[in-house]
Amino acid sequence: MRALSLYLIGLIFGVGISVSGMANPAKVLNFFDLAGTWDPSLAFVMGGAVIVTFIGYRFVLRRSSPIMAPSFDLPTNRALDARLIGGSALFGVGWGIAGFCPGGALPALGTGDVRVFIFVGALLAGIVAARFLSRLRPSRAVPST
Amino acid sequence: METAFTPLQSLGGGALIGLAAVLLMGLHGRIMGATGILSGLLSPVSRSDFSWRAFLLLGMVSGPVLIMLLTGQLPAGQVPVSTVMLLVGGAIVGLGVTFASGCTSGHGVCGLARLSPRSIAAVLTFMASTALTVFIVRHVIGV
Repeated sequence: MRALSLYLIGLIFGVGISVSGMANPAKVLNFFDLAGTWDPSLAFVMGGAVIVTFIGYRFVLRRSSPIMAPSFDLPTNRALDARLIGGSALFGVGWGIAGFCPGGALPALGTGDVRVFIFVGALLAGIVAARFLSRLRPSRAVPST
Repeated sequence: METAFTPLQSLGGGALIGLAAVLLMGLHGRIMGATGILSGLLSPVSRSDFSWRAFLLLGMVSGPVLIMLLTGQLPAGQVPVSTVMLLVGGAIVGLGVTFASGCTSGHGVCGLARLSPRSIAAVLTFMASTALTVFIVRHVIGV
């Protein structure tokens, strides 16, 4: 049951990403290209996703625990620090160069397009490199979300 | 490269992304964040910590396959950038999302829905830096 429900949730996410255009770098980059071939579609993706999640979370987080797990695993870090802002700024630079974000690229692996595998390979290398750099400064552990 | 404005498809796709996020929280108590899910696969703390991520990822990659079965064609994936840009961009994304502890799905969808100040700051920052990068790449360098 647990495995099946996780698979189906992943499937819903994967279909949503594919239908929305988030797995299509041409559309993603055009959303940000206000001075060129602007395509506002992605505002509707974010709008639809955030509204549904905002309403849904109000109901599910009212429970004392999730249905198939012992507890909710919510981020506890509250720090608005240089690591968060610098990391986000860096993420945007990479997103603007490649046109894929992690959530767009993972489902797109299912298309078998070799360019998605190239991006995800580089993404994994970047994640491993960031962990290595973080280890050089052990006072700043990487939270798991 | 011009792309067609697809408000209904994008809204519908976005709603499905939101539905998946709500179900993952309601059933399994987890944030639907691609960075966290992928990152945890590299260093799972237990077998069950590995398996929930693996089943979820398996479902995700089945998404385009299901669309292929239903419509007869794979979802559009136009990549208007070079292989070098995919490699450089991918590595920078990996660094950035690890330091930021999240990306478009974790901070952008789940974090905003929780009204998390960290996520609001992250989203404003990466939206601005992505737009600036696209402007520089396309209109200053002219790739």
